[in-house]
Amino acid sequence: MELLVFSILAGLALAGAIGVILARNPVYSALGLLLGLSAVAGLFVVLWAEFIAVVQLMVYAGGVLVLFLFVIMLVDLEQRGLDTDAGRIGPQPSPGWRVAAAMLGILFTVFVGALLLQEPAREVPGAGALDAVLRGGGGGGALGNLEHVGQLLYTSYLVPFELASVLLLVAMIGAVVLAHRER
Amino acid sequence: MQTFLEAFLVPAIQAVVVVLLMLLAVAYITLLERKVIAFMQVRIGPNRVGPRGLLQPIADVVKLLLKEDIVPAKADRFVFWLAPILVTMTAIAALAVIPWAGTDATLHVLGYEIRPVITDVNVGIIYVLSISSIGVFGIVLGGWASHSKYPLLGGLRSAAQMISYEVPLGLAIIGALMIAETASTVKIVEWQARHTWLFWLQPVGVLLFYIAGVAENNRAPFDLPEAESELVAGFHTEYSGMKFAFFFLGEYISMIVVSALVVTIYFGGWLPITFGLGYLVPAIPAALSGAWGGPGVHLAFGVFWFALKTFLVLYVYLWLRATFPRYRYDQLMEVGWKFMIPVSLAWILFTGVALLAFDALAA
Amino acid sequence: MLELHHVLMVSVAMLGIGTIGMLVRRNAIVMFMSVELVLNAGNLNFIAFSRFLPDPVGQVFSVFVIVIAAAEVAVGLAIVLALYRNRDTVMVDEAARMKW
Repeated sequence: MELLVFSILAGLALAGAIGVILARNPVYSALGLLLGLSAVAGLFVVLWAEFIAVVQLMVYAGGVLVLFLFVIMLVDLEQRGLDTDAGRIGPQPSPGWRVAAAMLGILFTVFVGALLLQEPAREVPGAGALDAVLRGGGGGGALGNLEHVGQLLYTSYLVPFELASVLLLVAMIGAVVLAHRER
Repeated sequence: MQTFLEAFLVPAIQAVVVVLLMLLAVAYITLLERKVIAFMQVRIGPNRVGPRGLLQPIADVVKLLLKEDIVPAKADRFVFWLAPILVTMTAIAALAVIPWAGTDATLHVLGYEIRPVITDVNVGIIYVLSISSIGVFGIVLGGWASHSKYPLLGGLRSAAQMISYEVPLGLAIIGALMIAETASTVKIVEWQARHTWLFWLQPVGVLLFYIAGVAENNRAPFDLPEAESELVAGFHTEYSGMKFAFFFLGEYISMIVVSALVVTIYFGGWLPITFGLGYLVPAIPAALSGAWGGPGVHLAFGVFWFALKTFLVLYVYLWLRATFPRYRYDQLMEVGWKFMIPVSLAWILFTGVALLAFDALAA
Repeated sequence: MLELHHVLMVSVAMLGIGTIGMLVRRNAIVMFMSVELVLNAGNLNFIAFSRFLPDPVGQVFSVFVIVIAAAEVAVGLAIVLALYRNRDTVMVDEAARMKW
């Protein structure tokens, strides 16, 4: 049954992804991305990472996507965002460039896929091993995903955590400076 | 392991029941709002339709259903149709983690176990926050899809307000989550059953959360982007009939969700109103929550207390609308960024230090 | 039974779709969205290995990936806005000349 839910969510995720790259209107691409990201959040839940799933929904679907939508609306007020080759300024590309680019992309994907899907060098343990890891880490009671990630973030990975917050601060300042308009 | 039917059918039926009850509740909250605000303005609200106006919501629903569904000529039809659905869907999805009664109100029907909460995820409270972030999407799309200046501006303003107030909304709860050491809605209420109401331990937190919640819902006094006399009517100017009703529905269900969340986290959820002093004489809250009966009695009492408390918090929503003048948009954003975020950060710091101090004292 | 290679296939498919999107589209904003797809594919990979190895570090790392993606989108979209204000276009190949 897990496989059934997984397949449905995976199908939705890939449908959303294809919607992103095929849509004429950038707002439809954003909607496709919303579908894709929400389906990936569902996949995270199936893979026992519910905290990462809600973080993904909050940050990606609720933050990044709204940012995309704001920029699309600020830029696209006359609906000029349609991505055709007609009426472009500058040198004309060779015809069929999109097909060539797509084939390059497929080649790259096949290459990565072949690398990734090789037979594993050792046996991949099943569900019981994860339970052992989760229970062993906290002394009494199984830890949920939230507690476990939180403990790791604040003990073994504290320095990257602090650096990530500095990165966010720098990104915020940079975005404000770049987008600021002198009046 | 649960069977397929058990894992899907029981929550599905629970979800249908909850949604239907919420629809009825929303319809009567609109009447309540008009009556309460009328009372505060020394006049009578709607009193013509049915005895004392009690059939007014029915009349409103019929009117909205029968209204002509106008779509602006240059509007994007698909997105115009999708926006109200997104807003309402995310509002309803947040109802999935609200505990209506305690775990001893679990009914066992036909071999299936029916708990009074639809799903009890480990990260329930963070889930509600993330779902409300997606709701902003629907408002921006609604403003854009109408293909007209005022709705677009209203939609962008409304969305900017909502994302600005999501930050203090999340930060305000962190103090409560630190004390209770859990992010699950059910476990927070169980913590409050063993100790005391989190309201006493987090007075600033509850205030920040509630104010941020009011701003998040675009309700008065933060309703500049959608009030009737500002910017025409904001992002739902061009909507009519059922689509407008959906926006309305989404907003009121959001109100109920925020009230239910305030009650769950800070006021003891389904526990009886003993003001958190129940631990002094355990027999009193036990009797008031139906410990003398079976799970059905527990369910009835739990739902009663929860509904009563949520209703009181909702009343404060209506009270605020009748009492305060509207914030101007720049004042609104200033309050959000320059006042509420620093205060909530300071409160988290204070809570953390206080927790460490108490742990050191107890050790 | 859900196996590791099922999830990896989905993640590689998303990577491919994101890469093709980056190569084929000219709109800078849609190219950015394709980058988000690639990052999500990577995240899915991390979570999959974290579930099947098992090792909780994968989930910690995916938190960092999400953080970095958010920061990158903020700065990148600010750059796109600046580009739009100066060249009045968001098509990346119409802003192809270094001097105006």
